[in-house]
Amino acid sequence: MSEKPEVNIRENLVEVINLKKWFQIQSGMLDGVLSRETIYVRAVDGVSFNIRRGEVFGLAGESGSGKTTIGRLVIRLEEPTEGEVIFDGIDLASVKPSEMRKMRRRMQVIFQDPMASLNPRMTIGEAITHGLKIHFPGDSENHRDTAFNMMEKVGLTPPSSFYDKYPHQISGGQRQRVVIARALVTLPDLVLADEPIAMADVSVRALLLDLMVRLKNELNLTYLFITHDLATAKYICDRIGILYLGKMVEIGELRDVYTHPLHPYTQALMAAVPIPDPRERRTQTMPAGEIPNPINPPSGCRFHPRCPIAQAICSSEQPELQELELGHLVACHFAEDFL
Amino acid sequence: MTNNQSSEPDILYKIRKLVVEYHTRGVVVTAVDHVDLDIQRGEVLGLVGESGCGKSTLGKALMRMIEPPGEIVGGELWFDGTELLSLPEREIREYRGSKISMIFQDPMTSLNPVQRVDEHIIETIKVHEPETKKSAALERAQALFERLGIQKRRLNDYPHQLSGGMRQRTMVSLGLALNADLIIADEATTSLDVIVEAKLVDQLEEIRKEFWVTILLITHNIALVAQIADRIAVMYAGKIVEIGYVNDVFLNPLHPYTQGLLQSVPNIKFDEREDLFKMPGEPPSLSDPPQGCRFHPRCPHVMPICTQVEPQLLENSPDQLVDCWLYQNLPEGYESTIEVEK
Repeated sequence: MSEKPEVNIRENLVEVINLKKWFQIQSGMLDGVLSRETIYVRAVDGVSFNIRRGEVFGLAGESGSGKTTIGRLVIRLEEPTEGEVIFDGIDLASVKPSEMRKMRRRMQVIFQDPMASLNPRMTIGEAITHGLKIHFPGDSENHRDTAFNMMEKVGLTPPSSFYDKYPHQISGGQRQRVVIARALVTLPDLVLADEPIAMADVSVRALLLDLMVRLKNELNLTYLFITHDLATAKYICDRIGILYLGKMVEIGELRDVYTHPLHPYTQALMAAVPIPDPRERRTQTMPAGEIPNPINPPSGCRFHPRCPIAQAICSSEQPELQELELGHLVACHFAEDFL
Repeated sequence: MTNNQSSEPDILYKIRKLVVEYHTRGVVVTAVDHVDLDIQRGEVLGLVGESGCGKSTLGKALMRMIEPPGEIVGGELWFDGTELLSLPEREIREYRGSKISMIFQDPMTSLNPVQRVDEHIIETIKVHEPETKKSAALERAQALFERLGIQKRRLNDYPHQLSGGMRQRTMVSLGLALNADLIIADEATTSLDVIVEAKLVDQLEEIRKEFWVTILLITHNIALVAQIADRIAVMYAGKIVEIGYVNDVFLNPLHPYTQGLLQSVPNIKFDEREDLFKMPGEPPSLSDPPQGCRFHPRCPHVMPICTQVEPQLLENSPDQLVDCWLYQNLPEGYESTIEVEK
């Protein structure tokens, strides 16, 4: 496989293997003197998954699940404590910083808040061509045309009427499109979309989702779509991974996970999402307690203190992620009961 | 509104022709524009709309909490028989907190970070009921915390030591401590995780029944309203465009904006409709709203009159009001271009 990587199309664009990220806690000076132990937040604690070329892979979970950290680790904005990220056959840990800069063209990001991620003193044109200047410096006479082309693709038309404007001079929906254009203008392979439309109003969301899917197909992109909004994820993700407290609890085709969740946490999460129909009011009760502190996560299965079906083994043994149905992986000692 | 009906609804809060403006750098933004609204005693009313539609401003105006550069420039606020806009500031303070209580998206902005939670509740009680003893107030706080499923000992905590869900429940307990008649929850569940949100919603439902409290739920989360509210009011660009019982509005939305909005709400359940409706355009700026009906530039049923004359929020049926020319007699000189099934 490694002899002619340029003609070999791998099925997996990204392979994440046993990824860990522990953040050391900034403790007070006195704490540092008094305690010999270093305290860590185990934000990501041994997560493995693949992202197939051309798919939209969703990572979903509540706050503290580690989803945003995983996204940052995958595109190497953050160094892992342990584990590997293989991008198109290349172990990112082995890539030198100078090479990494070149790799950056191939992995781009769309963040949640377009106002915060756009420089208010940069025009739309400057923002979109910025990446081109870094990655294609020799081609500067074409940057404007390349940007115009991408602006048309994302619906900022005519481009000339937006190119010299500043972010505050355009609408929220248009800013969202600028952020998308800026991410895609270098023609990346992987796009990390971290809650990309969470700030957008519901009446403009459908158009943005549609745009992202259309561009994915047109430009052969692969998305890592990070979200807390399971209802929206349904309209864009092909497969989804559900995280709880730094661990992956379930992975599968979106339809399988949504219609037939096998992990008790996924089941609770799905039941908690409100359905926009007054005839279908929720009757299930919600799991007890709240998400525990990741500094000192529960032993065994991390969900066991809140789990309605927990047994003795759940507090002592950590369940492994196993493939219980074709392409449907679950980390639960008793998930087979739900098959 | 339904004067001829024998069983007239018990109206707790009657809002008439309310206008709230913001004045900044010579620009006048009319965030709430001649809003009429009845909140029925004991109901959960969901007020939904997208960002900038004026729903939060409306919520604050109901407590007369609009601060400069904003101003309530007109209308009447009849709360339980008293017109609040004509009251002096000193008297309105007795309403805030004790009769009308508000929960915001971020409870940390309403809780004093250096004051313990029990002190918040005791102080709130003492301000409004100076005769109540501190020990009695503490007992009430403890009972409320137990009722809301928080351990009594958490009363000794400071706000930052509580989880987001506990902080919101603390805010609910502040309202309940004084037997508020109306709780206004402005995006109160928005920053919470979905399971925590679902639990808070369950509790609001329970306390509504137990304490006979009325809840105005202001939110952009339309699905949440379907789950908990009795009635829904839809706001667009400073106006209420439709109001009715959730069963009527969700199953038979009348206003084209409501129709489009409901079809753009993602639904986690798989059913026959798997595409979201792609509504063209974006909500208008309130400093320069379109003439006529504010929705007309995005409306698939736009008629000549819609671009020129504003429609009124009128009864389509006794329980469902809509602000749209499709359902109203057109003035002379205008013709309908659309066949509408009434």
